[in-house]
Amino acid sequence: MIKAILIFNNHGKPRLIRFYQYFAEDMQQQIIRETFHLVSKRDDNVCNFLEGGSLIGGSDYKLIYRHYATLYFVFCVDSSESELGILDLIQVFVETLDKCFENVCELDLIFHMDKVHYILQEVVMGGMVLETNMNEIVAQVELQNRMEKSEFVFISRM
Amino acid sequence: MALKMVKGSIDRIFDKNLQDLVRGVRSHREDEAKYISSCIDEIKQELKQDNIAVKANAVCKLTYLQMLGYDISWAAFNIVEVMSSSKFTYKRIGYLAASQCFHDGTDVIMLTTNQIRKDLSSPNQYDTGVALTGLSCFVTPDLARDLANDIMTLMSHTKPYIRKKAVLIMYKVFLKYPESLRPAFPRLKEKLDDPDPGVQSAAVNVICELARRNPRNYLSLAPLFFKLMTSSTNNWVLIKIIKLFGALTPLEPRLGKKLIEPLTNLIHSTSAMSLLYECVNTVIADCCVCVKTDTCPRPPQLCVQKLRILIEDSDQNLKYLGLLAMSKILKTHPKSVQSHKDLVLQCLDDKDESIRLRALDLLYGMVSKKNLMEIVKKLMVHVDKAEGTTYRDELLTKIIDICSQSNYQYITNFEWYISILVELTRLEGTRHGHLIASQMLDVAVRVKAIRGFAVVQMATLLDNTTLLAGSGQHKSICEVLYAAAWICGEFSEHLEDPVHTLEAMLRPKVATLPGHIQAIYIQNAAKLFAAVLNGQQGTPDCQTMQESSQLLIDRLPLFVQSADLEVQERASCILQLVKFIQKLQHKEVEVGEEVTALFAGELNPVAPKAQKKVPVPDGLDLDAWINEPPSESESEDEKPVAVFAEEELRHARPHHTEVDEKELARRREARKQEQANNPFYIKASPTSQKDSTGVEHIPVVQIDLSVPLKVPGMSTSDKYLKLEEERRQRERKERGKKEKKKKKKREKRSGMGRRHDSGPESEEDIAPAHMVDIVTEEMPENALSSDDDEKDPNDPYRALDVDLDKPLADSEKLPVRAHRPTNILKSPADDGEVQEVPKEPKKKSKKEKRDKEEERKVRLLWLRCPNGEIQCTCTKSSKHKKKKQKKDKEKEEKKRKKQHGHSGDREGEESVQNGTLEEEPLPVCDIQGNLQNGSQVVVSIIFENKSTSFLKSMEFNVLDSLNSKLQRPEGSGPHDGLTVPFQLPPGVSNEARFIFSVQSIVMPQRLKGTLTFIVKADDSSTHEKLDFKLHFTCSSYLITTPCYSDTFAKLLESADLKGTSVRLQEVSLPFHHLLAKICFHHHFSVVERIDSCASLYSRSIQGHHVCLLVKYAHQTVTIDAKCDESSLLGNVLEEIKKTFSQS
Repeated sequence: MIKAILIFNNHGKPRLIRFYQYFAEDMQQQIIRETFHLVSKRDDNVCNFLEGGSLIGGSDYKLIYRHYATLYFVFCVDSSESELGILDLIQVFVETLDKCFENVCELDLIFHMDKVHYILQEVVMGGMVLETNMNEIVAQVELQNRMEKSEFVFISRM
Repeated sequence: MALKMVKGSIDRIFDKNLQDLVRGVRSHREDEAKYISSCIDEIKQELKQDNIAVKANAVCKLTYLQMLGYDISWAAFNIVEVMSSSKFTYKRIGYLAASQCFHDGTDVIMLTTNQIRKDLSSPNQYDTGVALTGLSCFVTPDLARDLANDIMTLMSHTKPYIRKKAVLIMYKVFLKYPESLRPAFPRLKEKLDDPDPGVQSAAVNVICELARRNPRNYLSLAPLFFKLMTSSTNNWVLIKIIKLFGALTPLEPRLGKKLIEPLTNLIHSTSAMSLLYECVNTVIADCCVCVKTDTCPRPPQLCVQKLRILIEDSDQNLKYLGLLAMSKILKTHPKSVQSHKDLVLQCLDDKDESIRLRALDLLYGMVSKKNLMEIVKKLMVHVDKAEGTTYRDELLTKIIDICSQSNYQYITNFEWYISILVELTRLEGTRHGHLIASQMLDVAVRVKAIRGFAVVQMATLLDNTTLLAGSGQHKSICEVLYAAAWICGEFSEHLEDPVHTLEAMLRPKVATLPGHIQAIYIQNAAKLFAAVLNGQQGTPDCQTMQESSQLLIDRLPLFVQSADLEVQERASCILQLVKFIQKLQHKEVEVGEEVTALFAGELNPVAPKAQKKVPVPDGLDLDAWINEPPSESESEDEKPVAVFAEEELRHARPHHTEVDEKELARRREARKQEQANNPFYIKASPTSQKDSTGVEHIPVVQIDLSVPLKVPGMSTSDKYLKLEEERRQRERKERGKKEKKKKKKREKRSGMGRRHDSGPESEEDIAPAHMVDIVTEEMPENALSSDDDEKDPNDPYRALDVDLDKPLADSEKLPVRAHRPTNILKSPADDGEVQEVPKEPKKKSKKEKRDKEEERKVRLLWLRCPNGEIQCTCTKSSKHKKKKQKKDKEKEEKKRKKQHGHSGDREGEESVQNGTLEEEPLPVCDIQGNLQNGSQVVVSIIFENKSTSFLKSMEFNVLDSLNSKLQRPEGSGPHDGLTVPFQLPPGVSNEARFIFSVQSIVMPQRLKGTLTFIVKADDSSTHEKLDFKLHFTCSSYLITTPCYSDTFAKLLESADLKGTSVRLQEVSLPFHHLLAKICFHHHFSVVERIDSCASLYSRSIQGHHVCLLVKYAHQTVTIDAKCDESSLLGNVLEEIKKTFSQS
């Protein structure tokens, strides 16, 4: 199970947070701060796994992250997930974002947090991996966007 | 271009969209909080608007603010509104916001059930998809129960997109509603063969999650998974399956053998590193199992070799995973891992903390007597390097873990260990002062031979108090002083200069330490004092004694003034004692022995589980009540005072009267017996094993104890390392020289009965520097040896531990729930006496249905008129207290009718009564306007428990509308429920009143609400809820107010009143009945009646006048009505019409 997915930038500013277990807002912020603190001080050529995030919890959990340019993608998972598998999944997610936004950059995530959520929802659902095939993910996201657009045209004509 | 147009028009509609908000936040870096609070105000305004697009936009912005850490739970209801929009765009926004901020405690979730059900069955697959995604994040036990069946249907949806989501969400449903697992499992299993790979993957995912927690129940699926493993090409699925097999093999060793071949095939064929690694991992698990059963086809050495290659890889991720897998082998094959010590130690120097931590874990299993000191030395070097990091704390705990594991098995020289501990105290800012302290205490108490050395070290530590207390903000390290003081006090006979230590313990600086440490200081100062007195006994020079008493008398007053009670108490107690002793000293009385006797006896460690292990004596039932508790019910008629008092007396009598001499003697005997069996009662002669291991048997190592702790350069523990090496060499030589002697020595050693197991064979010949006796922890006599106390009863996965192979029983079906009974009030053809909100699932076997009904049959009763509306009466008969039990009701009604019938004759009298009414609270029933406050309505509800179980913790809650709000006590939130102030034993009913505030009274309205309660059966209790609706009719806002005919005439003449009329056909009632009915149900009073014509009057709680002129001819009633509020009038007339159309 995935317990949380956090995306934040090199300064620790959250760009997307998705907890699959309830935490109050202040606790969420504390977790983000702590995770950022742990992740940001690591060099780029060390391993992508991290233990000991005390807040989110327990010895069974570990942080698996990737660092792309200005953004950190951090997944907090338990031992039922394969470490390398999750690393691949992050890559799939980022490539999907790249396709959907056409050369994704941090600004896309900043201004379209909702859309990033909708894409993520097609990859992970309720803490479990839903789909790992990028083409399938992109297809579903686009179909939904098309539906939204058709509704908007309808609204604007009113 | 078209898109731009759309965008432009959207921008015009909204004041500020998400992008604008983000831009605004970014441009207000300095006063972000202020800017956002102004944005939240704007959002609040937007949420008040009716336009769903504006609302959705506002909710979208809130979701962004939630990410920044702002609580948005206050908008939960608006989120529900947006979720229920018919547009996919808005629905999606609503569900996203809900999935970000809803949780089990969000009360509006209970309102979403029907909406979600509607979305799940929507013809648009994306509506369904969005609902499933949202639900997966905020599913509650209630939602899970109510929607399980709908989701199960979706598992066979035609679209794979829906199927895979439905399959995946089932796991969440199982977690929240474990009863659904067995009925749903067959279909879940079917999905393993689904033609769509995504659905298949989801099913594998769910089953793997389930099997991970309770693998035994899924063993029967192994062949199916085996087939999948050999046929599937999806790496993700393969990884999951292989991981699942890793969990299954420990339960079924034969499986392991079968797996080896396909796994090795995979290892050779796959190019995906992730899959390869998981394969290796599972092979390791297999081998581990095989070794246990001695059927291993190949040595695990092979796996270890593979892992070594991984660890030596330049890819840090593989290095990490290699170490991780290595630690799994370590558990079963410590020796094969130990040969790679070099590699692990090398990893300790890695720049990557994750890898260092993994290596540390491995070290734990690698130490032996031979290498412990060396490894710890290495770790100490790391400790010095890793200043100010959490890694250092981790190192510290690991050092202590490694050294103390299996009862200090690997420590050959405890002096070395004590010096390590002392060195660790110099770490600044560590969080583990407490851990070090407890180690010091443990070693000093349990290793008798080391006490002398430990005491000297501790005395030095105490001398350095200022250094310890002054350094660092982290107070944790001063915990060490707690241990030091206690050790010095308890084993004071080993002190070289007790007077000096005593002085050190009473320095004024001590007062800056935390209270519990000061208390220990004082207590142990007293012990030291006793030791000083005892030591000086018999010597002619009593100056030292007098000096030390004087010292205590001088210093203790400081502590007597301490803010800490414990310190204060101990200090003043000991101060008085010392003063008394000083007096005796002046008289030259020998007091040393007496004072020492205060602290006589040895303290022994008690095992942490000792208390649990005390066996329960025969015939003692710990769960039985000693005194029957008084009935929990609060209502007076259920708790007869007489019975309670009687019981009290019965118990009290023997206590006071029959205590004679015999009884006393018997009790004394019993107490002695109890003390003898009590592990915590410190007896005069301790039961601990007192070994006669004299100090002379210990090969004493030459140590210069005066070495100060803070010598720069070489630290003390290093010295031991060297000494130890020399010693071992010396021993080896000696062994060569005199074999005979060694033999003798061995005999001696075995004679002395060492308790701890010696290490592996090869280490046997490393003799420990100290012959140590490690005192074991005390356990109560005849302690229970069971170790079954580890299971956590709160484990959420335990409920999912069910047998899945057993065929389904008829009763095991998912509840299929009917829609909420909204039609009950709309079709008021029922008798209207009792309203039961049916909640029973339709499709159920009879037996279960009966069971369920019994559980849930709490009925909300309220008095209602035959027309099915909740009746509102304002009775003038305020004198008699009414019991609103069902059977009394009819009588009551008659009484009232009678009164109304006569009311025309007694106008004067009534108006007087009315005057008094305004002051005293009315005996109200049902929904009724509050006379004192124009905007309040009182609702009385009778709760009747028709089940056979006890009901308690009832909570009444109504979802407020804009117009009507339940009045809640101050300080509670807008969605909090009200506790019903009584409990209901079976078959009992009781009444509770709730006050609502109403703004506008011109329209009738319905409020939704729920009653939650706990059903307490003999062996279990369940949490249940009932949904209901409250119907506020316009008539309920009217108050029967008498009116004189001339005032009435004036009213009719005034131009303020607007008129309207209604015609009722085929009314067969006699005219006076008809009038009585209007008066009773709609709170009118008759002003005048002439033949078949009457004028009636009433007033609303907000002062609207309502005048009626009722004419009756040929079964037709014409009502001409006038009122200053036309919509109110219209509604009242509508209600009157209803009353008669039903009768």
